Formats: sequence, C-alpha cells, structure tokens
Amino acid sequence: MKLSPQTLAQAAFRLREAGIFIALTVAVLLFWARANNFMTIANWQDIATDVAIVAVLAVGQTMVVLTRNIDLSVGSIVGLTAYISSDTLAHHHGLPLGVVVLLAVTIGIGLGLVNGLLVTVGRIPAIIATIGTLAIFRGLLFEITNGQNVLAFQLPERFLNLAARKPVGLPFLAWIAIAIAIAGAAVLRWAPWGRDFYAVGSNPDAARYAGIPVGRRVLTAFVLSGALAGLGGFMFAARFASVDAVAGTNLEFDAVTAVVIGGVNVFGGSGTVLGAALGAVLVATIQDGFTLLKLSEFWKMFFNGTAIVVAVTIDALVTQRLQEALRRRRRAEMVAAREQGAAT
Amino acid sequence: MSLVELRGISKAYGGVHAVQDVSFAIAAASTHALVGENGAGKSTLVKILTGVVSPDEGAVIVDGEPRSIGGPSAARRLGIVAMYQDPTVFEDLTVAENVFAGRSPRTRLGAVDWKAMRREASRLLEELGADFAPDAPVRGLGVADRQLIEIAKALSSSARLLIMDEPTAALSLQEVDTLFAVVRRLHERRVSVLFISHRLEEVSRIADTVTILRDGRHVETRPAAELKHGEMIRLMVGRSLDALFPKEEAEIGEPVLRAEGLTRRGVFSNISFEVRRGEIVGLAGFVGSGRTEVARCIFGIDRLDAGRLEIDGRPFTPRSPRAALRRGLAYLPEDRLRQGLIQPMSIERNVTMAVLPELAPGGIVRPRRERRLARSFMERLRIKASSPRQIVRSLSGGNQQKVVLSKWLATEPRILILDEPTHGIDVGTKADVHRTISHLAAQGLAILLISSELPEILGMADRVLVIREGRLVGELSREEATQEAIVQAAAGVAS
Repeated sequence: MKLSPQTLAQAAFRLREAGIFIALTVAVLLFWARANNFMTIANWQDIATDVAIVAVLAVGQTMVVLTRNIDLSVGSIVGLTAYISSDTLAHHHGLPLGVVVLLAVTIGIGLGLVNGLLVTVGRIPAIIATIGTLAIFRGLLFEITNGQNVLAFQLPERFLNLAARKPVGLPFLAWIAIAIAIAGAAVLRWAPWGRDFYAVGSNPDAARYAGIPVGRRVLTAFVLSGALAGLGGFMFAARFASVDAVAGTNLEFDAVTAVVIGGVNVFGGSGTVLGAALGAVLVATIQDGFTLLKLSEFWKMFFNGTAIVVAVTIDALVTQRLQEALRRRRRAEMVAAREQGAAT
Repeated sequence: MSLVELRGISKAYGGVHAVQDVSFAIAAASTHALVGENGAGKSTLVKILTGVVSPDEGAVIVDGEPRSIGGPSAARRLGIVAMYQDPTVFEDLTVAENVFAGRSPRTRLGAVDWKAMRREASRLLEELGADFAPDAPVRGLGVADRQLIEIAKALSSSARLLIMDEPTAALSLQEVDTLFAVVRRLHERRVSVLFISHRLEEVSRIADTVTILRDGRHVETRPAAELKHGEMIRLMVGRSLDALFPKEEAEIGEPVLRAEGLTRRGVFSNISFEVRRGEIVGLAGFVGSGRTEVARCIFGIDRLDAGRLEIDGRPFTPRSPRAALRRGLAYLPEDRLRQGLIQPMSIERNVTMAVLPELAPGGIVRPRRERRLARSFMERLRIKASSPRQIVRSLSGGNQQKVVLSKWLATEPRILILDEPTHGIDVGTKADVHRTISHLAAQGLAILLISSELPEILGMADRVLVIREGRLVGELSREEATQEAIVQAAAGVAS
C-alpha cells in the first residue's frame, strides 16, 4: 500500500492519541487492582471534576502554545478570579451566577490582555513575561485577601450546589469543560483567525508576509487563555467553596503538562484541543490514583515531570522518523517523475 | 596522477539509486565542476567524498590508493573538506577562533596559544585577500567573508580538495569575482576545488573540467573549454531546452504601480519607476544594492522614509503587508523556505493562508471551497502532488515555489513582485516557472521581477531597471538590455 505523507502524519497523531489511551488504560487497571475505591462512580465523578478545571485551562494554553508562546500565569489568574468570585458572592448573596461568571471571565480577559501586551508590544519573551505576571497576579491576590479566606458557610446555597449537580451522571463542571473543548476545537478548525494560530506559530515571517496580523493573533491567544483561566477560577471556587490566597497554585503546571502530553508542539504550529484534553484526563486520573494509593507528593510531581520529558522526547523521535520517511519518499518520487519525463 | 578518483560508485537509498556507477577523476591543482539538475546525485557524491555516507559499490581512490572514508574526520585527514552553501560558523567567536575551531594551537603548557592562532589566522586571511581582522567577531560579517573563513579553515588543516556546494548562491557579482580569484590562488597551493553550481556561466568561467550527472548517472567529463552552455544543458536534462525563456506576447496597458522618490535612509534613495499592466519590469543590481529592500518597503514590511506610491492612480501608503495585499499587491519573498511557506502544513492550507477570511463567509472556513481553490491552482501551475492535503515539506523545491506562487495568486493581485523566483531551482522546473510568470503577465498582471540571474532578466523583462548602491542608475528597454549593459550600469563602469 502506498502511504501518502499526510497519512503518515495522521498515523503519527493517532499514535499519540493511542499512546495516551494505552497509558490511561494501564493506569486505570493498575489503580483498579491496588486501590479498592478507585473504580467507583463517585471517584470517577471526582476525577471528572478535577479534569474539568485543568482541561479548560489546557484549551487556552493550547491556543497560546500554538502561537509559539506559553502562559505560565494561569494558576495565579485562577486564584485571583476564584477569590474575587467567591468574595463577591459572599457579600452579594442574590447576585445571579451568570453575572459572577461574567465578572471572572472579564477579569481573566483583562489579565490575559496584560500578558498579551507584554509579549506583543513589550516584546518580552512569553516565558519571562508570564512568569513575571504569575508572581504579580499572585501578589495582588495576597494583597486583596489580606490573609482572609472565604469559607463555604459564607456562600449562597445555589453556588455550593453547582459543583455537586450531575446532569446525566456527569458533574456540571465537566459539562462546562466539554463545551469549552468543543468550542476551542471548532475555533481552531473553522475560524479563520483560529487557523492563523498554526501559521503564526510555525512560521511567523511567512504569516506576516501573508497579511496575517501576527501581533493581534498572539494577543488574542493570550486573551483567550486569560478568559478561560477566569472561567477556571469560577469553577475552582464552585468546586472547593473555600478559597484562600494560595488557591490554584501550580495549576499552570498541570495545564502545560496536559498540553505537552497531548502532543501540542512546544515550538508552536501543531497540536489539537482533543490531544490537550486527553492529556488533561490522563494527568487527572493518575493524580487521583496516586492520592487514593496515598502516595507522597513526591511521586505526583515525579510523574508529572517525567511525563513531560517523555512526551517531548517521543515527539522529537516521531518527528525525526517522519522527516526521514518524507525525505526518502521525495527522492523516490523525483526519480519516478524524471523517468516519466524522460519517457515522454 | 589524479588527486581523487571515483571508480564505479553506486549508492542506493531504500531501493532507489541516488548514484549509479559513477566514475571520474579530479586532477591536482584544478577546478572541477559538478553539474546536474536537482536530484542528479551531486550531493550524494559530496557525502561519499566527505565520508558522511559510504558507497554501496565502487571505490574512492586518493593519491592512487583506494581508501575507505569512514567519516568526516577521516576525509579531513585525507585532505578532503567541504564548504557548504551556508557557512557553518560560530557567530559569537572571533574570526581566528573560527579558523582554528576545535584545533587551536597550544602552548607548551597546553593552554590555547592565542598569539600563534592570531598570527596564523591573519597570515591565511591575508593570503586569501580578506580585509577583516582576525580579532573581529564573526557576527556582522557577510556570507562572502564567512566563506573566506571557511576556506582559511580548510587551508589551516592542509586540505587538498575543497568541495564548494553552490558557493555563489548568496554572493553578489563582485563577491563572485573575489571568490574566483581566491580559487585560482588555491591552485598555486596545489589545492583542487570541486565546484558545484547551477549557474553555468560561472562554471564556464572557473572550471578546468566539467562533469555532468543526470539521474544519478555519469553523463560526461570534459574540459570546460570544449563545452558550450547549450550543450551542457542538453546533457544535464537529456533533452534540449530551446524554450528556456518562453515569453508570451502581452499587451502592455496603463501604469498600475507608480513609485516616486522612494527613500529609506541609508538603504536606498530617490527611486522612481512605474510598472504597467501586462508588463514585466526587471530589477537588476548586485545583491545588497537595495533591490530587495525596495520591494520590502513597497509591500509594507519595512518603512519608507520618503516618497509616494500610486496604485491605479490612487495614492497608496504601505503600512503593512495586510494593507498591501488589500490593494492588490503580492510579494513573493526571496527566501521562500523562511518567509514564504509553512513547511509542516498541507498545500491547501498554504495556498489559502492569505485569503482565509474570503473562504469563510460568516466567520466559518468552508473546507470544500478551500480544497477547490487549492485544486485549481495545482492544475493551473502544474504542481506535482498526490493531493491538496500533501504536506509542503514533502514537495520538491520547484513545486514548493509553485505553492508559494499560488498563495499569492489566490489573493488575485494586480501587481506581483517576484524576488529571485527561480533561486535554487533546477533547469527543467525553472522553465516551468518562467512560463507561468510570462503567462501571468499576458493575463494582465503587472510584474516586478528581481533577479541576480541576468539571462532570466534578459529573457523575461520588457524593461530593465538597474540599481546600484541604493540608487536607480539605469533604465534599459528590452532591445537595449544586454548582459554587458546591465553589468556596466550595476557596477558603475562607464561604457
């Protein structure tokens, strides 16, 4: 059978998805055997809720990473918006939840805009700019909380019930994540500006020459990441009810892990929301299993770190193989074309 | 006795012969040119000579003895060194350090002997006629200077065969002259040069002997003096290419693009010209004369400091490529790999990149329209690929160039600026690209053609503008334009 280059590329992607599935299956079987409360509906609903927040962040992170950037400030944005959401509700019990979501997302957009402007107008490398805002946003949160927590009893009942609701057996927060993932995938596939992310990330010069407003697209990616982090903050508040100044710490790490494991190229230009979402599921499942097995924090972090390194290594190897295959094919095709040309 | 001889060399990759039964000899202290279309097997031979790959069959004979060249360092010990198209230098190190990279002279105590290094480097550079100091960092030096460093490096390791793969590709005409003078000086040191180039004029100028390859096979080795260009081309492609520059008759209409007093400080100044409907205007001049810079400013990539532009009689301010595209301008950049294409994406994604919003009524991209557009260009420009979804990286250079062209044509431009459109493309595909360009002009496009290849300018252009050091120094009609006239204007020599 003749494999065309794109089938090869698709096969490579399927390989990645298959890899995640295999890892997931192995993890599930392992945890099932070792932790007796792992294979329970309640636990899976827990996992789904955990995945939900990371997955929403991962969708935003995917957009940013596609443009050859990174957003490390999302954990701090989650903390900030989670606190502001619950604090607002604690003071205004009657406020419609939709307004609170809007507030959280708007703050997220504002903070994302700061990141985006630092990177596009300030021309600061994203990794530096967002590690800076990671600290700044977190510091801001400490200032706002002033050492206070918002506790569950201060919050209205309907907010506390939100995370517990399970339409069709799936936690409400997971439904939000699914909706966001579908919307994100649709943007990357069908929106002209979403498609531009790939072009911008894989060849900024060519993108610019093609009339794509590169700066504006990068800004958009950061704003989306910020907005989704704002939504994530609301979800965080709904899930944990009590929120303090360290809420959402290290979430950026989980989001980046999910994205990288999910096969989004850290140098921009390739990757999908589906992959990132699968990555988030894998990360959350394993974290949950580790907790049930009462493994130490060391092993959780060890796993996350190893997963990133392994995923990137596999990517590099696959890419290399793929390129070799393409090169061989090209040579063969050229010779064939020439023979054809000589024959006519 | 010849310096290096290849005997019955064959090499296959996965069943496909890259070279098959190639034999020829390179004499000592001579320049031996290796010519052939892309894919003819030149690079494979270079890899075999430098020990990067080993041949499946045949022998490499150095100084009369068969040698197996196990790797680049083994090749270097035999005195065989390759210099690549883009010199591989360490930008942050000094010239002297680059010349002695990895082999720095040591003092008795084992420390780096900076004094000896500098002395040796400056002696070598002086001999090569370089006008830069050994202490200068390499960053900031141009390609020509970097090549001199590579040559100095080769000499310092007592090379006897220097392989130059397309060394003139990025050089201006003057720099080519300098390089050739250096090559001749190398012969005095009994160093031979294996010269690989697409530019046949240069081959005739510098080579003593020419070897022609076709489809991995040896076709001919003859003294350069006995080979005319036409015959070289015929031997290279296995058929005669009468239609090297097939120019279609085009009706020349009203001015579409008018430039007046374009100035970018320190780069070019007071450039005025116009391009008419159906007309191909050639922009000639040495590399670095400001040709590309003018184009970049018109397309809105760089800023103009002064001057006025008009498109169809209405003023146009080139604020960004986006604005230029909207006014019907398209620019095919010189460096298609970096600036023109997104390698890991499919043909259709590349072709539609600049027109996505138009394929997306209501903000949603319609994949079917996208594919239809890509298909139509694949037919029109005869892009050889299995489907519009094929990844651009897997296409040959000529086909990649056609994809870039399609991308710009998809914007339905009325003015097309082409910067070195056939750079690094083999002879057969070149004619194809030329045919396309000419056809576009006949359809009413106004085309500004920037090229370093004079035959291309002479063959394609209706009018030739010559730029020297950022100034417009000549305008020649098709009848007046000859190779000599253009070079004289470009070099500032009075006729």
